[in-house]
Amino acid sequence: MADVQRHVARFTHGSRIPGWDRAADLEKEPAVVPDAATTEVPGELRAAIEDAVRRFPVGDSAFIPALYAVQAQYGWCSPEGIEQAAAVLGRTPAALTAVATFYDMFEMEPLGRKSVYVCTNISCSLVGADQLLAALEEELGEDPDVNLRGFECLGACDIAPMASVDGVYVGPIELGEVPELANQIRQGDDPLPAKQLIRRPCADPKVAEQ
Amino acid sequence: MTDTLLFKGIDEPGLNTIDVYLARGGYTQLQRALKMKRGDLITELTGSGLRGRGGAGFPIGKKASFIPKGDMQKYVVCNADESEPGTFKDRELIQKNPHQLIEGLIIAAFAVDATINYIYIRGEYEQQADILDAAISEARDRGIIGENIFGSGFSVELELARGAGAYICGEETGLLDSLEGKRGNPRLKPPFPANEGLFNGPTLINNVETLSAIPSIIELGAEGYAAIGVKDSAGTKLVSISGNIERPGNYEVELGISSREIIYGLAGGPPDGRKIKCWFPGGSSTPVLTADDLDVGYDYDSIEAAGSMLGSGAIIVVDETQSVVELAYKLAKFYSHESCGKCTPCREGTRWTFHMVERIKEGTATPMDLDIMAAVQEQIIGHCLCVLGDAMAMPIGSLIAKFRDEFEAEIEANRNERERKLAAEFAAAEVEIEGISA
Repeated sequence: MADVQRHVARFTHGSRIPGWDRAADLEKEPAVVPDAATTEVPGELRAAIEDAVRRFPVGDSAFIPALYAVQAQYGWCSPEGIEQAAAVLGRTPAALTAVATFYDMFEMEPLGRKSVYVCTNISCSLVGADQLLAALEEELGEDPDVNLRGFECLGACDIAPMASVDGVYVGPIELGEVPELANQIRQGDDPLPAKQLIRRPCADPKVAEQ
Repeated sequence: MTDTLLFKGIDEPGLNTIDVYLARGGYTQLQRALKMKRGDLITELTGSGLRGRGGAGFPIGKKASFIPKGDMQKYVVCNADESEPGTFKDRELIQKNPHQLIEGLIIAAFAVDATINYIYIRGEYEQQADILDAAISEARDRGIIGENIFGSGFSVELELARGAGAYICGEETGLLDSLEGKRGNPRLKPPFPANEGLFNGPTLINNVETLSAIPSIIELGAEGYAAIGVKDSAGTKLVSISGNIERPGNYEVELGISSREIIYGLAGGPPDGRKIKCWFPGGSSTPVLTADDLDVGYDYDSIEAAGSMLGSGAIIVVDETQSVVELAYKLAKFYSHESCGKCTPCREGTRWTFHMVERIKEGTATPMDLDIMAAVQEQIIGHCLCVLGDAMAMPIGSLIAKFRDEFEAEIEANRNERERKLAAEFAAAEVEIEGISA
């Protein structure tokens, strides 16, 4: 199986915190808050971040929604986007980068815009998630528009093995359905509509009796 | 079990919209609660015996009573960062009946006088977040969230925050840090969130299922609710069943029901009549139980007496065809990936456990490794700020204790396999060398 299981950046000592094996550049000027007057920020991005600040006014609590806005704008948390968000928020880009690197859903490198997460945790792997990921990798692995990755438990073990296609949960996916699903992902169509979680009734027989 | 509380009519079309929810009597329990005295309301919650459904099982009334009284800003935070492998009950509640959660949350907020409140939902639940966001907007438009709700003089704000993919943010203090816009590292306790939580204010943190159960408590009264279930495990519980099982899904059960009834009766047991090798009673963080434990009652105390925990109420069934080494591998991989790195025993312990299970798979492990691995697990438990490390150590420790023979057999088999391969490679290389010299 090709290695599509990407890991959160780890440093030699197993920490997610850089610094132990990367010497600080002492020559470098300390980071500053980008000048809000001279930093050009796309209108949509500025509006989204300002909305986040309205909703989360205390401290830095608008950071995560701001990073989502950057990712929506550029497809990843690009240095340029982070710089712009930092200018709007009045914080250093480093403060935002430190938060972005912690979370699995923030991409720190440019990747395909269509995200396809395949759950490979316990419940899903008991019923063939690794094979599903391998099959999808065969179909979509080369597609530059698709960000295919194995993911930790997505909270949908009832439809295992499953995938989240741009946030739309589908499953249980049979291996025979993989080419069809891959096609839908490529075309940007609704993935396997009949198998979407949102349409699934409750498993509890007591509910159906009501 | 005669009735469903949390799942009552949950598949009713349009229940996620406020009109349908109001039409079936929604928000009347909130109005009743708003007429009560705060102290009485907390007494009611305490009397119901409802225990936190997120994993720790802490009584909600007691938790609410820890919130200090006074003029400081207080918060209620709903933990909807459902990330425990095997758990998907909150997802169904949020997606199909978001107003029940909002109603329960506002009642809890009124009880502790919290005027600013948050729901923190995991980032992966995008569709569910949209549904919940729409429901909050509807409630705001109808004046159920806002100033002076139902003329009670109580004002309440509610905001939905999204996580971005980190298991650790389900830990309450990690969640608070994430909500404050930081990396989701757990905090040192004490101070507990009840005293110093979000933005240093007193904070009541509860799981989606816990808050969703509150309207039923007001409706049935503390005694009526406490009558459901068994001693010290009151009420109904949503059970998420997955893994090697015929009918995976969420089931609402009365606590105290036998585990066999859930696994075989409701969910149909493993497919093709296969036998159960082991099962996790409360998510992947709980020690495994075996087929011998199937008659244990499904409630907090009985599961604990059997050597495990009810946890989040997620049963993962593993059938006889599965390898325990592979199970340990998946567990260790998950927890080492999700360890935030703040505490050494967890960061190093999860990582080295993962490498040791990898060694078993590669065929380079020795039987002594199992003792070292078991010892590592013991050194993690209780030695960190949060229980993420324990969450790996407990199931892996229990797997080694209960299936040692299988681990040893697999170590032996993989070793022999590797040696056979090496010998073949060596022989092939020798032939080559002979070929050159000739």
